[in-house]
Amino acid sequence: MLEPELKLLYRINAQSWKDINVDVNHKVESRLKLKFLELELKLLHCLLTFTKQNVIEFDPLHINPNFSISVTVSNHMMEVCNCIEPQWPADELLMKYQYISDFFIAVAYFSIPLELIYFVKKSAVFPYRWVLVQFGAFIVLCGATHLINLWTFTTHSRTVALVMTTAKVLTAVVSCATALMLVHIIPDLLSVKTRELFLKNKAAELDREMGLIRTQEETGRHVRMLTHEIRSTLDRHTILKTTLVELGRTLALEECALWMPTRTGLELQLSYTLRQQHPVEYTVPIQLPVINQVFGTSRAVKISPNSPVARLRPVSGKYLLGEVVAVRVPLLHLSNFQINDWPELSTKRYALMVLMLPSDSARQWHVHELELVEVVADQVAVALSHAAILEESMRARDLLMEQNVALDIARREAETAIRARNDFLAVMNHEMRTPMHAIIALSSLLQETELTPEQRLMVETVLKSSSLLATLMNDVLDLSRLEDGSLQLELGTFNLHTLFREVLNLIKPIAVVKKLPITLNLAPDLPEFVVGDEKRLMQIILNIVGNAVKFSKQGSISVTALVTKSDNRAPPDFFVVPTGSHFYLRVKVKDLGAGINPQDIPKLFTKFAQTQSLATRSSGGSGLGLAISKRFVNLMEGNIWIESEGVGKGCTAIFDVKLAISNESKQSGIPKVPANPQHVNFAGLKVLVMDENGVSRMVTKGLLVHLGCEVTTVSSNEECLRVVSHEHRVVFMDVCTPGVENYQIALRIHEKFTKRHQRPLLVALTGNTDKSTKEKCMSFGLDGVLLKPVSLDNMRNVLSDLLEHRVLYEAM
Amino acid sequence: MELVQMQKSLQDYTKSLFLDGVLDSQFLQLQQLQDESNPDFVSQVVTLFFQDSDRILNDLSLSLDQQVVDFKKVDPHVHQLKGSSSSIGAQRVKNACVVFRSFCEQQNVEGCHRCLQQVKKEYYLVKNRLETLFKLEQQIVASGGMIPAMELGF
Repeated sequence: MLEPELKLLYRINAQSWKDINVDVNHKVESRLKLKFLELELKLLHCLLTFTKQNVIEFDPLHINPNFSISVTVSNHMMEVCNCIEPQWPADELLMKYQYISDFFIAVAYFSIPLELIYFVKKSAVFPYRWVLVQFGAFIVLCGATHLINLWTFTTHSRTVALVMTTAKVLTAVVSCATALMLVHIIPDLLSVKTRELFLKNKAAELDREMGLIRTQEETGRHVRMLTHEIRSTLDRHTILKTTLVELGRTLALEECALWMPTRTGLELQLSYTLRQQHPVEYTVPIQLPVINQVFGTSRAVKISPNSPVARLRPVSGKYLLGEVVAVRVPLLHLSNFQINDWPELSTKRYALMVLMLPSDSARQWHVHELELVEVVADQVAVALSHAAILEESMRARDLLMEQNVALDIARREAETAIRARNDFLAVMNHEMRTPMHAIIALSSLLQETELTPEQRLMVETVLKSSSLLATLMNDVLDLSRLEDGSLQLELGTFNLHTLFREVLNLIKPIAVVKKLPITLNLAPDLPEFVVGDEKRLMQIILNIVGNAVKFSKQGSISVTALVTKSDNRAPPDFFVVPTGSHFYLRVKVKDLGAGINPQDIPKLFTKFAQTQSLATRSSGGSGLGLAISKRFVNLMEGNIWIESEGVGKGCTAIFDVKLAISNESKQSGIPKVPANPQHVNFAGLKVLVMDENGVSRMVTKGLLVHLGCEVTTVSSNEECLRVVSHEHRVVFMDVCTPGVENYQIALRIHEKFTKRHQRPLLVALTGNTDKSTKEKCMSFGLDGVLLKPVSLDNMRNVLSDLLEHRVLYEAM
Repeated sequence: MELVQMQKSLQDYTKSLFLDGVLDSQFLQLQQLQDESNPDFVSQVVTLFFQDSDRILNDLSLSLDQQVVDFKKVDPHVHQLKGSSSSIGAQRVKNACVVFRSFCEQQNVEGCHRCLQQVKKEYYLVKNRLETLFKLEQQIVASGGMIPAMELGF
């Protein structure tokens, strides 16, 4: 804003440019005027300096560079303008270029920190902020310096120069500081770089190592899988084949082979290969040094590819054969491998496994691969042993099964045989005896008739032979039944003393002929009436005494019978315990004849064994006698043994049997000769006969009528119950029709007659009289059992016994 | 024919029956039962036997000719026949019955048929022989002789 005065002044000055009068002493009324005046003066000064003329002409209408002014400048005015002149003229070209360069430098310098700030702000981590600030300051100041330098190209005031200097000083300071700082920092930065490099190397190393570990782990996995494969089968061939296959796969082998020892054990035979389907059967002797080397250690051994075990295929132009490794595989003693005695080597047998890396591959066997191979070899050995054990056990089991089957068959055959024999015996028993009886009976009849002496002799021979045959048959049949255990003793009351005397009577003729006196000693305390199997006991005594007579040529024979209670002189495994009304009868038969060798004594009781010399064999006998006697004695819960001091010193046969003392004092002998029909007891005896079969009813009735009884017949159970009364003394009932209801009638009769003396005696007529039938009858309350068809004598005896004793369980 | 000769031939005939096994000792027992008080005992029994057996054999034939053989019915018949034959001493018939019974137990139809034939055969044989025997006896009695007692001590 110009004050009008100033303006005027200015205009005034302007109008008259020829002379510019500067009235310096003009009084300044305002500061602004002063300022303006100063400015004017400065401008004038500048103009003056520019033109170096004292006179400045300044035309407002058009600028005329040439103007002159006269200035009366006082000193005071001159001090206000602190102007500095540039070194070079302002309009020179170099100056211009410098000017431009400085400008750009300044710009660049200002932009660098901006960039730095920007990027640092962007990055999260920058550890050297202080350095950044310093550096930034340094740059900025440098930029400022260059910027300020721009003003120095023209004449500039002292202020500018001052500022410039300040800036430069500052810049110097900061630069030095930065330089000094960088001395510390740059090594740090460099070391960071070093660490980075180091870490990178480490990372690379770790990577490598991890790669290695991974490979190893994979290999380990392969081994486990391999092992699993090998162990999952128990078949030897599968095991070996799998081993080779898996090894080949895991280790990427070219060829894999297994050499087994041969039967003789002197050679190794190529048994399995990986690639070749049908390996050529060729062998190498086992005593090669390379093989010994491999067998000597349990580790895998690298061998030369040219050794005989490694040369499996014809080498076809391969330059570099792959490395070969061999390892031993221990084998167990197995019959499979069938290695015979082989004294040279130790007990361990080995197979050889050979592994070949691919040719031309420059691969090497690594330690972990070798370890893998060793592990596999061990596993294979274990698996093979398992397979072998399994094979053995399977074979054993098969054998056992075969044996079982065979045993089963044998047992069944034996059973069939026994059954067949039993059947045979059952049939032949009767069939054989009948003709025998016929022969004997008719021969004896024939004897009664008139015969010429020769005929008589012939008939006697026939009789004797057939008697012998009958005895023999009986013996054999008895023995078979004895052995089956199906023979049962037929107990009855008999006179023991009479028995002995009878036996002696039977033997005496022969003894007299042989001039052997026989004596009988019966102990005074020997009971007279006993209960036991009379027939069989007689058989035993007869046999023993008969043997004594047979085998003595001289001397005497003594038969002693006594009651024994203690077990002196008894064999140690036999204890005599008298129980109740039982006692043990001991019979001793002593002879002074041939005697027996003590060693032969056990054989005596075996069937068909004869120890006598040929001379005495002619006396006959089947050798069964003692065996049968022993069986009978055993059945009677007794024991039999023979004592002899040796050949020629005679022998004593002793046996104990268990008998029961009979309560009955009456002698109930078995009549040998059928007496004439005696009707004494039976006259008018009322009896009832029940039989469904008309014919047998009639027969039974006829029997009883013949005996003098008064017989009522009924044909059914109901009728029987109706008709039976207390008048009937005996009821004969047929029980052989199949069914149990027959026996019920007995129970009903029992129910009907509660008082015992009123009840009639009940007798069953049946077709078989074995123990079970008898027991059944007894359990149903029957008083007796009779075997059909009943003979007259039988009936008579039965009736008399029944009426006497009111019980009858022995008539057969 | 002379009495003695007739008696002799009777004896021989009887012996032959025993020797052939057609009769056994039971028949002797029957003969023993025959006495003055019971002169026709044997023939009575035998006649009864014939009647019974004829009936039984008929029944058996009928039963076995059925489509489905009921062994529960057949067995009692055979049992009865066995009992009867053993009571009079017809040994062979009895034996045939034994075999018949075992086949019955096995339920063997074929076997039963065969046995039936066998039984029939034996029965007719014994019937025949006994009838001849009785004829001989009657002849002797008619001629005024005595029937000799058989004494075979079995």
